[in-house]
Amino acid sequence: MEKTWNNKAWFMVLPVLVLVAFSAVIPLMTVVNYSVQDTFGNNQFFWAGTSWFSDVLESDRFWDALTRNLAFSAIILAIEIPLGILIALNMPKKGLGVPVCLVLMSLPLLIPWNVVGTIWQVFGRVDIGLLGYTLAALGINYNYVNNVFDAWVTLIVMDVWHWTSLVVLLCYAGLVSIPDAYYQAAKIDGASRWSVFRYIQLPKMKRVLLIAFLLRFMDSFMIYTEPFVVTGGGPGNSTTFLSIDLVKMAIGQFDLGPAAALSLIYFLIILLLSWIFYTVMTNSDAKT
Amino acid sequence: MARIDLDHIRHAYGPNPTSPSDYSLKEVHHEWNDGGAYALLGPSGCGKTTLLNIISGLLQPSEGRILFDGKDVTNLSTQERNIAQVFQFPVIYDTMTVYDNLAFPLRNRRVPETEVDRRVKEILEMIGLSDRAKKKAQGLTADQKQKISLGRGLVRSDVSAILFDEPLTVIDPHMKWVLRSQLKRLHRQFGFTMVYVTHDQTEALTFADKVVVMYDGEIVQIGTPAELFERPKHTFVGYFIGSPGMNVLPARIDGSSVDLDGEKIALSFAPKFTAGAKTELGIRPEFIRIGREGMPVTVSKVEDIGRQKIVRASFAGQPIAIVLHEDGEIPAEPRISFDPAAINIYADSWRVADSLPAGGEA
Ligand SMILES: Nc1ncnc2c1ncn2[C@@H]1O[C@H](COP(=O)(O)OP(=O)(O)OP(=O)(O)O)[C@@H](O)[C@H]1O
Ligand SMILES: [Mg+2]
Repeated sequence: MEKTWNNKAWFMVLPVLVLVAFSAVIPLMTVVNYSVQDTFGNNQFFWAGTSWFSDVLESDRFWDALTRNLAFSAIILAIEIPLGILIALNMPKKGLGVPVCLVLMSLPLLIPWNVVGTIWQVFGRVDIGLLGYTLAALGINYNYVNNVFDAWVTLIVMDVWHWTSLVVLLCYAGLVSIPDAYYQAAKIDGASRWSVFRYIQLPKMKRVLLIAFLLRFMDSFMIYTEPFVVTGGGPGNSTTFLSIDLVKMAIGQFDLGPAAALSLIYFLIILLLSWIFYTVMTNSDAKT
Repeated sequence: MARIDLDHIRHAYGPNPTSPSDYSLKEVHHEWNDGGAYALLGPSGCGKTTLLNIISGLLQPSEGRILFDGKDVTNLSTQERNIAQVFQFPVIYDTMTVYDNLAFPLRNRRVPETEVDRRVKEILEMIGLSDRAKKKAQGLTADQKQKISLGRGLVRSDVSAILFDEPLTVIDPHMKWVLRSQLKRLHRQFGFTMVYVTHDQTEALTFADKVVVMYDGEIVQIGTPAELFERPKHTFVGYFIGSPGMNVLPARIDGSSVDLDGEKIALSFAPKFTAGAKTELGIRPEFIRIGREGMPVTVSKVEDIGRQKIVRASFAGQPIAIVLHEDGEIPAEPRISFDPAAINIYADSWRVADSLPAGGEA
């Protein structure tokens, strides 16, 4: 078949380009602009070069927050991915249970972040919250406002509650795409439950798991609303993640230069890590 | 290796079957002899796969029992029945190497590794994939995948039976022939009970001692290839076996005389059937003689297929096929006659037994 060439087609993509320019490229360049300049007010800007970047990179504040971010992402990935797989494996494959489970699983995903935060903030309060009150009544000393460990546990439980469903749904989609013949062959071959998982289900879920992993990594690495609502970054700085720090810097202290530099570094870290994960995971796939 | 008895097996996929049409398997009552090679032949959707899955235990029959060497195994799992099955759609374990794919059924059963190696190498040799043993199974072509699937079915030497569900569909004709003769060799060597599902009648007829023909959820005939050819029990078998299939002509039967729309033929026996049944006469194209004697026929077309010619004609208002030898002649005013021994009479599609004991009823 002959392909028709028509350069007018480029006009079709123009609206998208304009949209992307205004929503992403121009704001990003503004940030870049701030990150290399300094101001003493009066809308007068001076060239600052890379000094903001080196300031940020040399500060303990940045490294501490980054460590917290990495720890948080690692913990929730370590919980949500296996838990999601486990739940997906146990979901019904046919019958009335399917829509019921799917709706139940989707519910947490429909709730906005700050609502989730508020729900848990109230839920966990020792004076009026069901969870906090019950724990206190059981003699467990739980207080997310004062206790670092409790604050972390609260944030992790919240995230797991909110986002494991995403992993479940993705894995489930991978699982239902496996033809029955595979399970039948496995039975004939005398495969154990583990072998079925290892050699049939896991390989078929690999792609969706990669997506789940990347989505959950990027999202958890950018965590903001939950700690903002529940702990406000405390106690102390114990739940001050990069995003919270960034907002404190940019809005609280109005240090636009360092804040811009930090946000660019933050952005590059996410990009870099996602790229590394993606490459590692897809390469292990292609290896023979 | 085992004798397999199917005791009044019926199966419906849906719940609460009521009418016969709810059953995918209507009623199968049959014995597969120990060490027999059976071909299961039938059109799409007639229940072949369903029957195999019931034998292997992947499917619980709605009714009936399955016995292996007289022992009831109806409630035993696939694993406990120790059956090998090769599926219609090849299943391979993508992440494993070709070698590991073949070793998988053995390793799962804790076969010693030296024995595994010996068996796997043997099978690799047989399916012609020795040079790819260490390759990941993922990148293979469709026919290579099917060979691996087949190989996994053959790798165990201690199975009660091997069930093949159209195992060679995507394999090219020459390789098909090679693999089929390998299967026959294995059968002779180990004496497995084998059931081989196929659409292809030549495949069925060359592979098996006994051919089981299924139609619409029922076994309609079991017999040697010769029996199926000469004495089809059901008009469907007549159509399905042979190329072209049997001619089936509507017939009025009165005592031992057959009336084919005015043309009368005398039978050597008087068929017995319930009054009001739809009666038909079946005659294979190979047993019709064309010449100057007999009943008039109008030839419409002659197809030359090499050593034979197929004559398409109209006889007593019905289309009819006649096989003629290559050097056979069609006279100007052709007439045909039927070999009396090759005539089969059908009442409501089922063959009416003649009084002659010859011809071997299965
Ligand atoms: N899992 C299932 N659920 C419901 N009905 C089914 C199922 N599998 C098969 N059937 C029905 O049962 C009947 C027999 O199917 P089966 O697969 O045994 O046929 P087959 O002889 O193997 O056909 P083919 O030659 O196409 O493989 C068909 O009418 C089919 O629609
Ligand atoms: Mg089938």
